[in-house]
Amino acid sequence: MDDIKKLLKQAKTAIEAAGDFIALDQVRIDYLGKKGQLTQRLKQLGKLPAAERPKAGEAINNAKRTVEEAIEKQHLILENARIETRLAQDKIDVTLPGRSQRSGGLHPITLTLQKIEDLFTQIGFEIVEGPEVEDDYHNFEALNIPEHHPARAMHDTFYFNEHTLLRTHTSSVQIRVMQQRKPPLRFIAPGRVYRCDSDMTHTPMFHQVEGLMVDEQVNFAQLKGLLRGFLERFFDRELKIRFRPSYFPFTEPSAEVDIMGENGWLEVLGCGMVHPKVLENVGIDSKKYTGLAFGMGVERLAMLQYGIDDLRVFFENDLRFLEQFN
Amino acid sequence: MKINEQWLREWINPPVDTNQLAEQLTMAGLEVEHVERISIKFTGVVVARVESVEPHPHADKLKVCEVRCGGNDLLTIVCGADNVRTGMHVPLAKVGSKLPGNRSITSTEIKGVKSAGMLCSAVELGLIDESDGLLELPANTIPGQDLNKLLTSHDAVIELSLTPNRGDCLSIAGVAREVSVINDCPLNAPSIESVAAINAKDRAVKLDAPQACPHYVGRIIEDVDVKRPSPLWLTERLYRSGLRCINAVVDITNYVMLELGQPMHAFDNDKLQGSIHVRYAKQGEKLVLLDNQEYTLSDSTLVIADDKRALAMAGIMGGLDSAVTQNSQAVFLESAFFSPHIIIGQARHHGLNTDSAYRFERGVDYALQRQAIERATRLILDICGGTPGPVIEVSANDHLPMSQAIILHAKEIKRILGISIKPAEVTRILQCLGMQLREEGENWQVLPPSYRFDIAIEADLIEEIARIHGYTAIPDQVPQTSLGFHASHCPGKQLQRIQGVLVQRGYQEVITYSFVDKRLQGLITPEAKLLTLANPIAAELSVMRTSLWPGLIQTLQYNLKRQQQRCRIFEVGLVYLTGIDLLQIPMIGGLIYGNISNKQWDREDILCDFFDIKGDVEGILSMNGRNGKTVEFRPTTHPALHPGQSAEIILGNQGIGYIGALHPAIQLTLELSQPAYVFELQVNRISTKITQKYRKISKFPTVRRDLSIVVSKDVQSTDIMQCIRTSAPEILINLELFDVYQGEGIDLGKKSLALGLTFQKSSSTLIDKEVEAIVGEILIRLQREFDAKLRE
Repeated sequence: MDDIKKLLKQAKTAIEAAGDFIALDQVRIDYLGKKGQLTQRLKQLGKLPAAERPKAGEAINNAKRTVEEAIEKQHLILENARIETRLAQDKIDVTLPGRSQRSGGLHPITLTLQKIEDLFTQIGFEIVEGPEVEDDYHNFEALNIPEHHPARAMHDTFYFNEHTLLRTHTSSVQIRVMQQRKPPLRFIAPGRVYRCDSDMTHTPMFHQVEGLMVDEQVNFAQLKGLLRGFLERFFDRELKIRFRPSYFPFTEPSAEVDIMGENGWLEVLGCGMVHPKVLENVGIDSKKYTGLAFGMGVERLAMLQYGIDDLRVFFENDLRFLEQFN
Repeated sequence: MKINEQWLREWINPPVDTNQLAEQLTMAGLEVEHVERISIKFTGVVVARVESVEPHPHADKLKVCEVRCGGNDLLTIVCGADNVRTGMHVPLAKVGSKLPGNRSITSTEIKGVKSAGMLCSAVELGLIDESDGLLELPANTIPGQDLNKLLTSHDAVIELSLTPNRGDCLSIAGVAREVSVINDCPLNAPSIESVAAINAKDRAVKLDAPQACPHYVGRIIEDVDVKRPSPLWLTERLYRSGLRCINAVVDITNYVMLELGQPMHAFDNDKLQGSIHVRYAKQGEKLVLLDNQEYTLSDSTLVIADDKRALAMAGIMGGLDSAVTQNSQAVFLESAFFSPHIIIGQARHHGLNTDSAYRFERGVDYALQRQAIERATRLILDICGGTPGPVIEVSANDHLPMSQAIILHAKEIKRILGISIKPAEVTRILQCLGMQLREEGENWQVLPPSYRFDIAIEADLIEEIARIHGYTAIPDQVPQTSLGFHASHCPGKQLQRIQGVLVQRGYQEVITYSFVDKRLQGLITPEAKLLTLANPIAAELSVMRTSLWPGLIQTLQYNLKRQQQRCRIFEVGLVYLTGIDLLQIPMIGGLIYGNISNKQWDREDILCDFFDIKGDVEGILSMNGRNGKTVEFRPTTHPALHPGQSAEIILGNQGIGYIGALHPAIQLTLELSQPAYVFELQVNRISTKITQKYRKISKFPTVRRDLSIVVSKDVQSTDIMQCIRTSAPEILINLELFDVYQGEGIDLGKKSLALGLTFQKSSSTLIDKEVEAIVGEILIRLQREFDAKLRE
C-alpha cells in the first residue's frame, strides 16, 4: 500500500513538472502506458493472496484515476499556456491599413443625374434618350424656332453643315418621343448638350434634363406644384421658390424658376406649357391634350448641391476633384 | 437694354422705389439683370471756354491752351485731344479736383510747360466707357459753372435682359407701358405735335421691295448747324443708356430710338442724288458703312439707295459717304419699317449687331414712323436750328403686318392655367396692354396693338393674362395623370450596374468633351472618317470622337502633370462614326496606368499589365445578363494597340469592343513613361435581357483531376481550354488554368500549362474508371491537336 502511495506521489510530482505536451505524455506512458508502473502493478495483482486483491485492486485503480485526472488537469494548464503564448505572438497592429483596391467613384454630374432620375421615376416618369448629333428640324424647326428666329441667336450652335448640328438642348428629344408615341406621356430626357461658347461661366458641352408630361388635364398650376416638389426633394429642404415669366418658343406660358440662395435668387430651371404649335407639329390634338415641359441644367444643380463655384472643374477631370465625391 | 430711371419716370411715375420697380419688371417677364445707382464721381470740375490753342513747343501731339473758367484770369492747360479748338466749352478739372478712380489733379509740368489742370473727356469723368476726344459742352453753359450742378444725380440705370419676343419693350415708351399695366397707373407720354413745313423741299421715295419695306417716312431739314454740341441732358441720357455721342443730329436720332423704339437714320441731304430707293442690292454691289468696312452685298441684302448708288444697309447701318457730319448743311431723315425676317438674316450674315438691327429684327411698331420723325424734327430744330420740309410718307399697305382678331375663351384660360380668373380682371389686363376688346358672352374677341409682334393666338393672350395676374398668384397643384407601366427593360439600369462594377474595382468616372483634337484622334483611329465641326471653339476641339480613348488619354496626361502616379478611369458616352449613315454609339471605355493598387505597406509595387484590365472587363461581362453567351478575347491588331497585347472582345458571335496595351509608338509620342492599358465596349451589346434560367445543382460528389501539359509557347490557352471543354461537355463542370510556366525544365519554345478539371454527374456518383477514360480521351485530343505532352 505504501508502495502505491509513494508511486502516486512520484507521479504527481512528475506531472506537475511536465512543462510541455511531450513530457506530459511521457509521464502518462511511464505510469499508465502498457508497461507503465501502475499498469504493471495491476498486472501483478494476481500474484497477491486472494483476500488482499480487492483492496489492492481498488487502491491501484484509484491511483490510476487520480493520475489520469492530474494529467488532464496539467494538459489543460499546458493548453492554456500554449494559447496564451500564441496570442502574444500573434498580436498585430490592427490599425495598419487594410489590403485592397480602393473603390473609385462616379462623376458628380452622373451622381446628380441619378438623383434627378430617381426622383422622377418615383412618380412614374420614364427615362428616354435621343441623339446628340441632331438635325435642324428636331432641334429648332419643330420646337417653333424657325430659321432666322431671334431665339436662334441665343443658342450658339455648333454646326456640321447647314442641316446637321450638335443639339443645343435636350428639348429635341421631346419631338422624337412625341412623333413616335401617343399621350399620355411622362418622361425625362437627360444628356449632353452643346453650345459654341466658352468662358468662366460657359463650357462648350454641358448636361440638361428635359421633362415632358402630356395628358388631358395637365395645367400650369400642376407644373408649379410638380417643380416645387422636385426642387424641395432635390435640395432636401423647404425652399423659397419663384416662377418668373420668361420666353421659350416651344412653351407658352413660359417661366424661369428661381430659388432663394444665400446671396439672392438663383435661376435653376426653365419651364412652361407646351406650345400648341409644337403639339400640332407632332400630330397631337392641342384641343384635347395639354403638356407641361421643363428643362434644367445639371451642372447648375450640381454646383448648388456640392458648393462648387467653378463650372470648368467638371470637365478638367482632376482626380483630386473627382475623388471628393466617392 | 439700359433704362434710365429718371427718363422712365417722366413717362410714368408709380409710387414705388427703384428696387420695387426692378422687382415688378422682373416678375412681369422683363428680367432686370442689374441696377446701377448713378453717382457723380468727380468734384472740382467746371465749365471752361477755350480761348486759344497753340502747338506745344516740345511735343508734336500736345497743345497748349489758354482757357477761361470764370473771372478774367486765363489758365494754361496742356491738352492732347484732337478735337480741342478755340471757342469750345469743355469740362476742366482744376488743380485740387478729384476724378473717378481716386485720381487727384495737381499742377504739373508737361515737357517744360506748366499745366493748371486737365481738360476732360466723358471717359475721364466716368460718364461712359469709351469716347473720342474732349466732352464738348453746349455754348449756353457758363464758364466757371460747377459741372456737378449740370448733371442729373439721384438716377439709376436699370439693365433689362429682354427675351426676343418683347421687341416692343426696347424703348422708354415700351417699358413705361408695362409699368403702367403692372401698377394700374396712367401713362404720361410727352405729346408729339407735327411740325409744319417751312420750305417745300421734297425727295421722291420709291419702295422697290414693298414686302421688305412697306412703310417709309422721310423729311428734309435745311440750314441745320451740326457744329452745335448736343445739350447735356441729351448726352447724359445717351451715356446712361450706353450709347456714344457722335454729333447733335445723330445723337437726336439715337435719342428718339431709345425713347420711342423707332430706329432712324439721317443722311447728308447734299450727298443724295435723285430719288430714294428701298431696294435689294445688286449681286456684288459694294458699300462702305459707318464702321469703315467695305461690304460686298448680295441680292438678298436690302439697301437704301439713291439714283446712283447704295447709301446704307437698310435697318442695319448707314453708309460712310452719306453720313451726317459736323459740316453737313441739310439732312434727310429716315424713319421706316423693315420686315423683321429681312433684317435678321442680313445682320447675322454680315456679322453686324447694331441697336437698329436689334430692334428691327424683333419688330418695330409699324404705326410709329411718322410720330418718330415729328419728334426728331422738333429736337433738331430746337438744338441745331433749320428749316423743315414736308413729311414724305410712302406706304404699301398690302404688305404691312396685319393684326388678326383672336377669340379668347374663358374655359381655355382655366384649362391651361388651372385656375379661373375673373372676367373683369381679364378685361382690365387686356385693355391695359393696348388690346381692343369685344366681349362675346363668356369669351372675348381681341385685337392686339401694332407694337405686339408676339401675340397671334389664344395661348399668347393666356400667357399675357398669367403674366400680369402674376405667376405667384397661381396656386401650386398636384399633377394629375393616367398611371401606367413602362417597358420593364431600362438600358440605364444595366449601365448603372456596369458602372458599379468598375467603381468597385477602383475606377473613377470622368466626363470629357465629345469633340477632340484631330491629331490625337488620328493616332487612335487613323482610318476613321471624321465628323468635323464647321465652327469649332478651338482647333483642338474640332472633330467628334470616334473612340473614348483620346479623352481618357488626355485625362491621364492632365493628371500625370499634377503628380498623380496611377490612374484608373472610365467614361460612358457616345462615339460618332460616319459612313453611309451617321452612327452615334454608346460606349464604355476605361484606362489603367501605373501600379496595380495604391502603395501597400507589406507589398512591393507592381505595375499593372494586360491581365489587370482584362480582369476588369471580365468582371463586367460576367455580370448576369450574358445569357449564357461565351466571351472570347481574340488576338487582333488595332492601330492604337500593341500588336502582341491586344484583343477583340467577342460576346457570342459579335465583336463588342477592344482591349490592349497602348501601342509603344503612341506611348512614346504621348511621352508616357509607362504603358497604359485601355478597353472600350459597346454598351448596348453587353446585355439586353437579364432573366436567367435555373439549372439544378447536382447532389453527387465532384472529382478533380489536375493536368500539367507542355505545348508550344505559341499555342493559345483559350484553344486548349476550348478543346477540353468540348471533349466532356456533359460532366466537366469547371475548368481552371492555375499555372503557366516557361523556363528551366521546359524546352525552349515550349510552355507548361497546369489545368484543374472538376467533374460531376447530375444523376449518379462518378466512378474512377469513368474519369480516367475521359481524361485519357482529353489527353489524346490535346496531343493530336496541339502536340501536347504530359509534363514529366
